[in-house]
Amino acid sequence: MTVKQISVFVENKPSTLAAFAKVLAEHDIDIRALSISETRDFGILRIIVDDSYKTACVLKDAGYVCSLTPVLAVEMADAPGSLCRVLDILSEHSINLEYTYAFITRKKDSAYMIIRVEDNEGAADILAKNGVRLVSQEELDLK
Amino acid sequence: MMENYFQPEIECASPEQIRAWQDERLVKTVHRVYNNVPYYRSLMDKKGVKPEDIRSTADLHKLPFLTKDDLRDAYPYGLLAAPLSDCVRIQSTSGTTGRRVVAFYTQHDIDLWDECCARAIVAAGGTKEDVVHVSYGYGLFTGGPGLNGGSHKVGSLTLPMSSGNTERQIQFMVDLGSTILCCTPSYAAYLGESICERGLRDKIKLKAGIFGAEAWSEEMRQDIQNKLGIKAYDIYGLTEISGPGVSFECSEQTGMHINEDHFIAEIINPDTGEVLPEGEKGELVFTSITKDAFPLLRYRTRDICVLSRKKCSCGRTHVKMSKPMGRSDDMLIVKGVNVFPSQIETVLLNKGYPANYQIIVTRVNNSDKLEVQVEMTPEMFSDSLAAISAREKELVDALKAMLGIYASVSLVAPKTITRSEGKAVRIIDNRKLY
Repeated sequence: MTVKQISVFVENKPSTLAAFAKVLAEHDIDIRALSISETRDFGILRIIVDDSYKTACVLKDAGYVCSLTPVLAVEMADAPGSLCRVLDILSEHSINLEYTYAFITRKKDSAYMIIRVEDNEGAADILAKNGVRLVSQEELDLK
Repeated sequence: MMENYFQPEIECASPEQIRAWQDERLVKTVHRVYNNVPYYRSLMDKKGVKPEDIRSTADLHKLPFLTKDDLRDAYPYGLLAAPLSDCVRIQSTSGTTGRRVVAFYTQHDIDLWDECCARAIVAAGGTKEDVVHVSYGYGLFTGGPGLNGGSHKVGSLTLPMSSGNTERQIQFMVDLGSTILCCTPSYAAYLGESICERGLRDKIKLKAGIFGAEAWSEEMRQDIQNKLGIKAYDIYGLTEISGPGVSFECSEQTGMHINEDHFIAEIINPDTGEVLPEGEKGELVFTSITKDAFPLLRYRTRDICVLSRKKCSCGRTHVKMSKPMGRSDDMLIVKGVNVFPSQIETVLLNKGYPANYQIIVTRVNNSDKLEVQVEMTPEMFSDSLAAISAREKELVDALKAMLGIYASVSLVAPKTITRSEGKAVRIIDNRKLY
């Protein structure tokens, strides 16, 4: 039960993000979640979009280097302490979190977080056993 | 000091004798290539030179030059002067624009190449009692095969180590008592460091080293000599002309004797092509006069150096060339160190990066900074910042090992480095030194 994330190489300099957003806008691609991690001269842009296959093709044509990474999407109550609970479970099981970021939801009172771990299946099992709900690509209405 | 020669009658021949060999062999070679190689015929016809116009080395300047571009244009068989069925070997150099340069050898060509390398080994004190440890790469690169063949000719015990696997290199050096090391100077320095770190300096029996294929300084020589407790000899060559052994150092260590019975050297003004008198600095040009398969007439090496006919204390009479002092093309001096874009390119290719790169030199607070920009590729990309940074670090280390100085690496977006046909803009020098 994973969600498709696209990771893109971008240079860390003015207007690269604007240019990137323009490419997606021109192709009518909806960004549902976005995160950036950067070093001094480059960064990795991570996005969840409505149509990942189309986006990957569009980006390749536009000359970007990108890759598809399966990540977990966790649903939680939009209330204090929810994230802490999920992270505690991962920590108790010594699962290393590589990165995490928030996801737009249209469902009232709930929030989604994207989490990236080494072993998706193992982490998904443990989370499910501890009562954390994972959401699928289809459920989020993503292609 | 007792001198050692592999072929004393040739290496110490009188200048008149050497000249006579050159005259006869040049005329023969020119006739042969004109008649057998359409590429040469058309070059000579274009310049209005007939084989009959070349009666001795005094007429050499009448011949057209040959450049690396010609070798690429003529790839692969365009300059072949012997039937392919007579050829027994191909060697190749790394190319800068995708097309490689290939050189062909008949058995005769291999033999003469081996002899040249044997002269270098004997000049460094090699005999049949020695264990010659060859850590140049084997394969298309001429370093390994050249010194390997030379060592066989001398009758030394040859250890075809090839490059890499430093642990094993050192173990064999200790266990098998290697006495002469042949490799690139940067690898020799690295081996020296590794041996000292392991406290094995007393366990090795090395007495001499023959180092080439890379620019290296006098300081680096001292460093290698001290670390390994050896005498370090320079060797020069290029695949186009045969490989290592075109010239080699003797005990005087003040330049490399060019094997003039096989190769005629000229120094020219790189801008005008005019031949310069002895002692003047200019571009080195070679004509190979004994090769069957791949003889080259007036090949421009792009290496800048000086020739000297001053009497050498070793007794050899062949002309000496200085260490290359630069390139007529694109060499850089950064922090006093010679940096060739081709060295950086070699590292990139070895590490699996594309050969599309740019070198940026700046000067901050009187100190040079070298930056290498490399384009990101799908193969190199990863979702993990740590993985990409680790690769970057690996590249920085490899560049340091090759260049001897630190170069920062910047990964840039694909297709952002300007591409151009032929000569790409590889270097941006922002130091404004001139």
